[in-house]
Amino acid sequence: MAQGVRTMSEIVLFKNIQKNGPELFPAGAAAIPACGYDDYVKNGGYQGARKALKMAPLEVQQVVKDSGLRGRGGAGFPTGMKWSFVPMDFKGQKYLICNCDEMEPGTFKDRALVYGDPHQLIESMIIAAYAMQMTQGFIFIRCEYRKGARILEQAAAEALNHGWLGKNIQSSGFDFHLDVHLSAGRYICGEETALLNSLEGKRANPRSKPPFPQVYGFLGSPTIVNNVETLCNLPHILARGAQWHKSLGLNGNAGTKIMGASGRVKNPGLWELPLGTPMREVLNEHAGGPSRGKSFKTVIPGGLSTPMMTPDQFDTPLDFDSVAKAGSRLGTACLIAFDEDDCMVAATANIMKFYMRESCGFCTPCREGIPWIYETVKAIAEGKGEEGDLAVLDDMARHIFHTFCAFAPGAQGPLLSAITTFRHEFEFLIQKSQCHTAGGAS
Amino acid sequence: MISDALKVQLTGHCGHYPSRRVGLIFVMQKLQEHYGGWLPEEAIREAAEISGVPETEVEGVATFYNWFFREPAGRHIIVVCDSISCYLCGCDRIAANLERKLGIKLGETTPDGMFTLLPVVCLGNCDKAPSIMVDDELYGPVTADMIDEIIEKTASETHGTRRAHDERNRPV
Repeated sequence: MAQGVRTMSEIVLFKNIQKNGPELFPAGAAAIPACGYDDYVKNGGYQGARKALKMAPLEVQQVVKDSGLRGRGGAGFPTGMKWSFVPMDFKGQKYLICNCDEMEPGTFKDRALVYGDPHQLIESMIIAAYAMQMTQGFIFIRCEYRKGARILEQAAAEALNHGWLGKNIQSSGFDFHLDVHLSAGRYICGEETALLNSLEGKRANPRSKPPFPQVYGFLGSPTIVNNVETLCNLPHILARGAQWHKSLGLNGNAGTKIMGASGRVKNPGLWELPLGTPMREVLNEHAGGPSRGKSFKTVIPGGLSTPMMTPDQFDTPLDFDSVAKAGSRLGTACLIAFDEDDCMVAATANIMKFYMRESCGFCTPCREGIPWIYETVKAIAEGKGEEGDLAVLDDMARHIFHTFCAFAPGAQGPLLSAITTFRHEFEFLIQKSQCHTAGGAS
Repeated sequence: MISDALKVQLTGHCGHYPSRRVGLIFVMQKLQEHYGGWLPEEAIREAAEISGVPETEVEGVATFYNWFFREPAGRHIIVVCDSISCYLCGCDRIAANLERKLGIKLGETTPDGMFTLLPVVCLGNCDKAPSIMVDDELYGPVTADMIDEIIEKTASETHGTRRAHDERNRPV
C-alpha cells in the first residue's frame, strides 16, 4: 500500500500553515500563530493578485474556468461557470461573499485556512472580486470562530495598509472594500440564500431559487457566494496557471483537496491531497487506520449530510464524480469513521437530533418531520422500538425533502443510508430491545 | 440605556450600508455586550430604533440565532459540542461531568450567575474531539480530569469591570 501513498510535496493551500508531521494544530487551533503579511509576501503571497490586476477581468474568469476548479463547499459546482452567470454589464453594486460558516458536523478544514493563513483568503477575494468587478466583499464567519474573525480583521487592516484593500488597489484603478461579518450563529446560515438573508439582518430562512444569487442576491444585487477553500485556490491558479492546477489532481480531477478524518481513526487530522485520492489511503495511511483495533464499519465521506459508505466502497477515489457514482457525495471530504462496535441506531439518533435542533422551521416537512424521525429513532435506540417503526422511517425518509432548501435532503442522506445499509441493526433492536453490538457507541 | 456615544457609533455603523437593516446583527451583538451578555426589552427597542427595523422583527432575529440571549446568561458561556465526531469520542460523558461539576443541566445558568452551560453544533475541531468552548477559548480533546481545571481557571479570570452589569443581571 505504501507504494501508492502520495507525499504531500504538492502542498498548495497549506503552504504557509503546514507543520512538521501530520498534525496541523497540535494543541488548540489558536496556538498556531497566523501567517502575517511579511511572511506571506516572502513566500510568494499576493503574486496571484498582482498578476490578475494586470489582466482583463474576463481573462481572469477564463483562467479559473480553464483550471477546472470546482466548489469546495460541498456541491462541487464549477467555479468559473458559477461566476459567468454574474451579469457584467450590471450598473449597480455587485457583491462577493466568502462563506466561512463552517458548521457541517465533522468538517474542520476552513478553520485551518482562516486561522493559519488569513492573507491567502484576502488575496483570493481580491482576485475573485476583480474578475467580476465587485467592489464590496464580506467574509461571513460563524460565531464560534470569533478568534478567526479577529485574525481576519487584523489581516485586512494590514492589507489595507499595504494598498491591497480599499480604493485604487496597487494603483490598478480597482476598488475593493472588505468587511468581516461575525454571524450570530445557526447552521442554516451556511446555505447560501439563508446566508444572504442573515447578512441582510433577517432570520436566516433560505430563499426559493430561482432567482439565483448570481443575478438577485444580497440586497437584490448580483452576488457570488464562495466557500473559503474554493477561494483559497485562486492565488495559486493565477500565479502558476490553469494547466498546473489541472495537473495536481488524479484521474482527470483538477487541484488538491483538503481531506480530513475524525471519529474512530488513530490519527485524526487534515491533509492536503490530490483530488481523487482513494478513501482507503486517507483512512489507513494518513489517519492511521481504526483507533480501537476494530475494523471500520462505515464512513460518512463529506460532512454529516452525505450518505454513509461501507468498506467495500473504500477504494472509491475521493472526487466529486466518483463518490457520486458510489451513491454518496464528496461534500467537504472530511471523513467521519465508525467501527464495528458503534451502534448505528444510536448514531443515527444523534445525527437526527442535530437536524432537528438546527432546522430553521420554515418548511413543514423539515420542521415537523425531523423531530418525528428523531423521536422514532431514539425510541428504537433505547430499546423501546415497535413493529412498524421502520415503515414510519421509510415513509418519512421518502417525503421530508419537499422543502425550499437542501437542509432536509441533507438529513435524508444519512437517514436513508442508515435504514438501508444497517437495517438489520434497527430490526435487531426492535425485536430484542438491545443493540447487537457489544458496547454501543462510547 | 446605552450612552449617546455608543448610540452614535451604532447608528453610524448602520449608515455605512445601503440598507440600515444590514447593520442589525452587529448592533444587537454590541447591545448584548453592553447589557452584560443578554438582550433585555430595552435593548430590543434600541436595536429597532437604531436599525429602523420594526421591534417585532428584531425580536424575531433575537430568538432565531443561537448566540443571542433573551434572558440573563452567565458571565461565562460553556458550550459542549454534541455533533457526530464528539459524540463518537464521548461528549455525553463530558457534558455529564460538566453538569455535575456546575450543579446545573444543559441549558441552565448557575445560581451565582457565573456559568451558562449549552450544547452546540460541531465546533469544527473534530480532530480534537471531544471539544468544548469556554467564552472564546477552545479546548480539545477534553478529558474528565481537565474539567475541574478549566472551570477553576475560567472562574479566576473573571473580569472585575463587568461585575456591575453581572450583579444587576443576576438571574433570580
